[in-house]
Amino acid sequence: MRRDRWWVQPVLIVTALTLFGIYTIVRVIVNKHYAITTDGTHMQSPFFSPDLPGIFSFKTSLPWAFLVLWSPLGLRTTCYYYRKSYYRSFFLAPPSCAVAGVARRKYTGETRFPLVLNNLHRIFFYFAAIVVGFLWYDAIRGFFYHGTFGIGVGNAIMVLNVLALSAFTFGCNSWRHIIGGKLNCFSCSDTARARHGAWQKVSILNGRHMEWAWISMFTVWGTDVYIWLASSGVFTDPHHIF
Amino acid sequence: MSETLTAGGTRKLQIWRGDLTSGELVDYELETEPGMVVLDAVLEVQRSQAPDLAVRWNCKAAKCGSCSAEINGKPRLMCKTRLDHLPAEEPITVEPMRAFPLIRDLVTDVSWNYRVNEQITPFTPRENLREGIDVKDGDFLIDQADTDRMSEFRKCIECFMCQDVCHILRDHRMHNRYYGPRFMIRMASLDMHPLDGVDRLDQVADEGGIGLCNITKCCTEVCPENIHITDNAIIPMKERVVDQRHDPFLKILGRTPNKGRVKPPARSSTPEL
Repeated sequence: MRRDRWWVQPVLIVTALTLFGIYTIVRVIVNKHYAITTDGTHMQSPFFSPDLPGIFSFKTSLPWAFLVLWSPLGLRTTCYYYRKSYYRSFFLAPPSCAVAGVARRKYTGETRFPLVLNNLHRIFFYFAAIVVGFLWYDAIRGFFYHGTFGIGVGNAIMVLNVLALSAFTFGCNSWRHIIGGKLNCFSCSDTARARHGAWQKVSILNGRHMEWAWISMFTVWGTDVYIWLASSGVFTDPHHIF
Repeated sequence: MSETLTAGGTRKLQIWRGDLTSGELVDYELETEPGMVVLDAVLEVQRSQAPDLAVRWNCKAAKCGSCSAEINGKPRLMCKTRLDHLPAEEPITVEPMRAFPLIRDLVTDVSWNYRVNEQITPFTPRENLREGIDVKDGDFLIDQADTDRMSEFRKCIECFMCQDVCHILRDHRMHNRYYGPRFMIRMASLDMHPLDGVDRLDQVADEGGIGLCNITKCCTEVCPENIHITDNAIIPMKERVVDQRHDPFLKILGRTPNKGRVKPPARSSTPEL
């Protein structure tokens, strides 16, 4: 029987993921103060990207961000790392290695609905990758103040956020499989060799998938908090226009 | 876990003594030397205090995979676990692996693993890989890129600690439904072999039960060879099963993995524990 403090990690994970989930829902329902527009820039919160009302003229009074958020949240929910985290911490299956979990009448793993849907991880990846594209667009758009290049704290935060999200999204296990891992022979054609090179690069990101998962979760949260505070007038985003 | 450096001294061991019918942790106290590993301590107990203590070991170099046990509740090789890496203020518990039937004391019957292994069709060279290579003539040319990926799996020493820590086997006792991490890496190494001609994906998904794995990565955590069992074997095999069974786009496009490979012969039986 383990006597070390194996329960610390599940407690921390339950706390962090629960708080993040609650924050996300509340934030999307609040549905305002999601863009810094000082001096003609436009820094969009990652929770509200792409900017459906701004870019696509989508008009609604409802919390529209859910129309997009399902894909990055779905990516995280079906992510192999997050699966490990919530199976251990929420499902206690098992809570930690060599620690007996909750007794279940019948264990079915990921063979039955709804957990079998985790096999659709790659579908969420495809859509989340498009969202990451919009986040890059948002980050670059934020550098232009009335069309003139400028730089500020908000810009730096947004770039860090999109870098972290890109590292998380493109270090995905499904992407690693699609880009080259599915091949049985890495050397049988020029295409296979190119895909092997790509697979190796994705494998580097994938080796730190857990770290990128947490870093990007906190950068998304931090970016949104910054934009929420700055756009609601608590402080002004410090910036310099060249 | 706190690690306390000690330079030998008196240590207390609690070793599981018993068989399938009954057993208990028995206290032993012994003088230790700096650098001793748990196997040293257990063998010293066997030599000086309990000559009837059953313990399986062989190389004492972390290469034979014989001395797997649960030390302070975690699966570990006794020969690779130094006493000074365990908390000095607490007794060291040494128990047999729980996923397998106990024979006596620290020795378990791991023969189920060998029965599972027999269910897996071994490497079978495929025909007509590409022009200039006739596999049948023994022209086994494999690029370094392909061997690199598979060689990680060849490091397995069959200590079966990944099987022991896997909650599907350990807690749910589903030995007849899931082959376990060790055999997921074997099937991955075969499936990723560029010259292999057998399509084992149905077996991985059905008899192998890969869908039962919820990738909690305990197998990876305990592997003494640091094989990335989950990330490099189980998840890739799960993704290959997704290619075959779940991906709607691949279904529409009519793409199937392992094209040109043949199905293995029907398995003789389900390996029961």
